[in-house]
Amino acid sequence: MDSIYNALCDIVDKEYCSNLPEEIYIYSYDLGTAEPKKPDYVVSPRTVEEIQKIVLLARDKNIPLVPLGGGLSLAGLAIPQKGGIVIDLKRMDSIIEVNERARYAVIECGVSQGQLISYLKKHHPNLTHSEPGAPPAATVAGNIIIHGQGDLAHPYGFSSDMVLGLEVVLPSGDIIRIGSCALGSGWFTIHPLPDIGLFLGWCGTTGIITKLSIKLFPAKKIRGTGTFVVEDEELIPEIIYKITHTQIPEDIIVYSRAIPPFAKGLHHITVNLAADSEKELEFKQELIWDDTLGEYIKNDLGGYLGFTKELERPQISKTSDYKKGGGFEYVGGIMPIDTYPQCYIRGREISEKHDIPYTVTARIIGLAHSMMFAWTYAFNRADEETIKKAREALYETDELVIELGGVIWKPGIYGQRLVMDRLHPGTKNLMKKIKTIIDPLGIMNPGNWELL
Amino acid sequence: MTLNDFQYSNIIHRCFRCGYCKFPVDWTDVNNCPPYARFRMESYSCGGRLWLTRAWLNEQINWSEHLAEILYSCTTCKNCEIKCPLRFNVDIVNMVVSARAEMVEAGKVPKAVKDFLQNIELYGNPYGASRTNRIAWTKGIEIDRYNGHEYLLYIGCAGSYDIRAQKSSKALAQILLKAGVSFGVLGDEETCDGNETHNLGEKGLFELLANKNIKTFNKMGVSKIITLSPHAFNAFKNYYPSYGGNFNVFHYTHILNSLLKTGRIKFSDSFHKKTVFHDPCFLGRWNGEYETPREILRVIPDIELMEMEKNRSGALCCGGGSGNFQMDLLGGSESSPARRRIREAYEMGAQIIAVSCPKCLIMLEDAIKAEGMDDKLSVMDISEIVAKACNI
Repeated sequence: MDSIYNALCDIVDKEYCSNLPEEIYIYSYDLGTAEPKKPDYVVSPRTVEEIQKIVLLARDKNIPLVPLGGGLSLAGLAIPQKGGIVIDLKRMDSIIEVNERARYAVIECGVSQGQLISYLKKHHPNLTHSEPGAPPAATVAGNIIIHGQGDLAHPYGFSSDMVLGLEVVLPSGDIIRIGSCALGSGWFTIHPLPDIGLFLGWCGTTGIITKLSIKLFPAKKIRGTGTFVVEDEELIPEIIYKITHTQIPEDIIVYSRAIPPFAKGLHHITVNLAADSEKELEFKQELIWDDTLGEYIKNDLGGYLGFTKELERPQISKTSDYKKGGGFEYVGGIMPIDTYPQCYIRGREISEKHDIPYTVTARIIGLAHSMMFAWTYAFNRADEETIKKAREALYETDELVIELGGVIWKPGIYGQRLVMDRLHPGTKNLMKKIKTIIDPLGIMNPGNWELL
Repeated sequence: MTLNDFQYSNIIHRCFRCGYCKFPVDWTDVNNCPPYARFRMESYSCGGRLWLTRAWLNEQINWSEHLAEILYSCTTCKNCEIKCPLRFNVDIVNMVVSARAEMVEAGKVPKAVKDFLQNIELYGNPYGASRTNRIAWTKGIEIDRYNGHEYLLYIGCAGSYDIRAQKSSKALAQILLKAGVSFGVLGDEETCDGNETHNLGEKGLFELLANKNIKTFNKMGVSKIITLSPHAFNAFKNYYPSYGGNFNVFHYTHILNSLLKTGRIKFSDSFHKKTVFHDPCFLGRWNGEYETPREILRVIPDIELMEMEKNRSGALCCGGGSGNFQMDLLGGSESSPARRRIREAYEMGAQIIAVSCPKCLIMLEDAIKAEGMDDKLSVMDISEIVAKACNI
């Protein structure tokens, strides 16, 4: 008999535990190009107490523990590199509180993006959250833990900048709270207590976030997208600088793709605008398209493609079907805006070298303080050669990000090594100490951010 | 059998496993895929099933009872096809059915599936009940054997044998009699329509059933068929033509709606109940029919008709499709789709869940009992509601 399996079944209903080949197979894979690694067990708890008991079991038995949200990082961050227990957190899916006046939501870690969007629309139509455009099954917590960005990244920054409180199960089994919730107050602020920034960006290597409070923002009655197109990539940093100076848009994205062929080489700048009245919308449109971008139209440098009301959820999964192959992965680099031309040119070169139609996208973060530049590589899951090519392109792109002075966003194992090799020695040393103190046995998502 | 020989070998790898398939239309939750709602493991999601099928055909994993249960827990409700944004979405259920066919071919299906199919082969119904009892539901009313009538009323297995579903069969027949519709039944000559058999991947048995039914219908000169069950409606309408069976097929709600519109049935009683309509998958997502049942309900005197949050193409399946109304691979838990559905109806204040499918009727009735809500909520077939409002 498998004593660990039995122990897991004692903690969580047997139906939510497995050590059978079918679950082992499914949970060994990420959706991207990362090599699969088999877990020994899969468990799907429903309560913080169950999670705490699973952590204590893993600690006592010295077994790796890999927290999994939506499993949509595409970078293999929840692949059990050293086996152990994959803890699927999607049953932790309660929306605990929405505070309309203080504009925050307290949610469990398994709440999906789709679920929160739908809940707010129905119950709090005046509120919205920064929604990343990932498939709706992606979890809100997952996006925050990896320092994701959503459709309010321009005015309000990274999703992790919107955290107002956390509850975490530590590798010791202790449960902690961070922010005003630690005082038993509401979950309305993470400041001004001493900073304990130990859990965001660590990919589950320091603990399991079980609850979180996030900022919500006004949902305007009218939301829509306008598109501006230019041919010269060198113009992009200047245009972005000008648009962000207005502080008007909710979201700014620049993209260029090889498919469809007529659009190849063009740079589409999509600008999301929101307003509570037609008058407000008209004013904002005038400010962006006429006052800010009008000169490019007059000088035949760019064209306005029109404005569409209603935001359509991006269906990013369609990218996986470019080669009718069911797969894509991207490298995201947090880059200075003025690197856009190089990001585009060099990214296109990498794609063409590996015979992959190029797709690049940049989302503006803050007032052009940075951008998340994504180089996407589609592959055919049934063709090992295309997977290999995509993987090589991804590695080359990781290196490109570093070369161009950026920071790799949610790096996979390869990218993590590149980052760790270049980390300031003092920073690296502190990270090692933190990890040693907080997870001395190294059971939490081992293989990721392995500094020791 | 290898992946290369699989009918959908050129597309099965295209599932990205992004999870759109778990949602209803409005993203409320990830519980609109019945097996995923029940088990909440990725292996039971639509994407999980496709990836596991590919892994099995690729010999990355071996067949097991558990693998077969994962595959057979799919109710073929088509929520995945509605939600998947990729172009191969129209073939998702076909891939599942084809994978099942491979398991049938290899003689490797779960025991519940084997029993279900064996009973159909032996007795013409999945319950293993005697053919002579097929007519038991007509007790107390006089119904003609089909003999050149305008319509054949095809009741199907659930409506013939299940005690709860028999009541809806009876109500329907009584309405048709009262309206003076020319119809007859096959009685103990009726046999299973094969819809579930088809979707369980037993194509050989399905062919036998289809051919037998077509022969019987043709021999008797049947041209118009009214079905109680949307499952039979689907089989006759969509599967039988490839076997040479071309009939004018109506779900009974089509006929009732027409009888109401032409004044051939008239209401005499009030039905003052807060009522929601639960869309059956084989009428809704499979055949695009969402409005006819609602049109009937809207004109019921004093009814307070409400829409469930998950409705029409976003409706949550009761979990009874693909034989699960009998095999019950999704039962035994408060996470079972039928129990979730009952709670959804109760939470919005419904007193009655109206259905237009005997499988939904059985599943939801059982779920009400399991939830201990007998005194709070009832499930009624539209035929029963109409009969009640007509004081039949």
